[in-house]
Amino acid sequence: MARAEIGVNEPEKRRPLSPHLQIYRPMLTMAMSIAHRITGAALYLGTLLLTWFLVAAAAGGSAFEAAAYFFNSIPGKAVLFGFSWALFHHLLGGIRHIIWDTGRGFEPKERELLAQQTLFGGIVLTVAVWAIAYLFFIK
Amino acid sequence: MAKDPAPVGSPMNRVRFLGSARSGTADAWAMRVTSVLLVPLSVAFTAVILSLLGKDEAGVRAILGRPVPAILLLFFLLTSVFHMKLGMQSIIVDYVHEADLKEWSLIANLVFSISIGLVCVYAILKLSFG
Repeated sequence: MARAEIGVNEPEKRRPLSPHLQIYRPMLTMAMSIAHRITGAALYLGTLLLTWFLVAAAAGGSAFEAAAYFFNSIPGKAVLFGFSWALFHHLLGGIRHIIWDTGRGFEPKERELLAQQTLFGGIVLTVAVWAIAYLFFIK
Repeated sequence: MAKDPAPVGSPMNRVRFLGSARSGTADAWAMRVTSVLLVPLSVAFTAVILSLLGKDEAGVRAILGRPVPAILLLFFLLTSVFHMKLGMQSIIVDYVHEADLKEWSLIANLVFSISIGLVCVYAILKLSFG
């Protein structure tokens, strides 16, 4: 028998899955969990942007001009803003997971607090870093 | 199926790839280690990117060509590539069920991650030495 999903050809072997999306009331902790995965996937694709920038910098000349033009444009800055938010949100979510790995933070209030801190902390970090960028670095 | 001390389940079930995979601890641990490393490395990455803002081409190349920014960037990149490969692997294993598509997706993930790593390493080294 070839490697395949169990029950594709033998319906009698299909196992039931427990319902989740149909029965759970949406909660912040759930949302932060899936946001962690989504920001991770977004960052995965975002490495293409970083690669483009580094290759353009290494190549110099018109390649760098094109990349710089994009990243300085409004849509480019919007993409960078989104990318940086994804980075900081995923970073804080990762810290949340590491805290859980040590065995802490599983009480109901702690779980909720960690989820809120991830969400607000991510936004705060993004805004703070961009403020620093505009105040001190972009002339 | 790595190193079985004693086979679990019937031989037929093992052949059919049923039962536990009996591997994955190394991946889980690597995920933890890369995550912890990426906390300070992301801070360093942000600092390097901030230092590039407002510079022209010569300025950017000058900064990226210096050892400290280049090595920090390399460290961040290589750790990120390892981390993202494992993360995307989890996503694929969780959501792709059809056997052939799953297999090819896992291979594509591996190729993408390695490619990003190699291209970025090449670019950073070129900025320093090329």
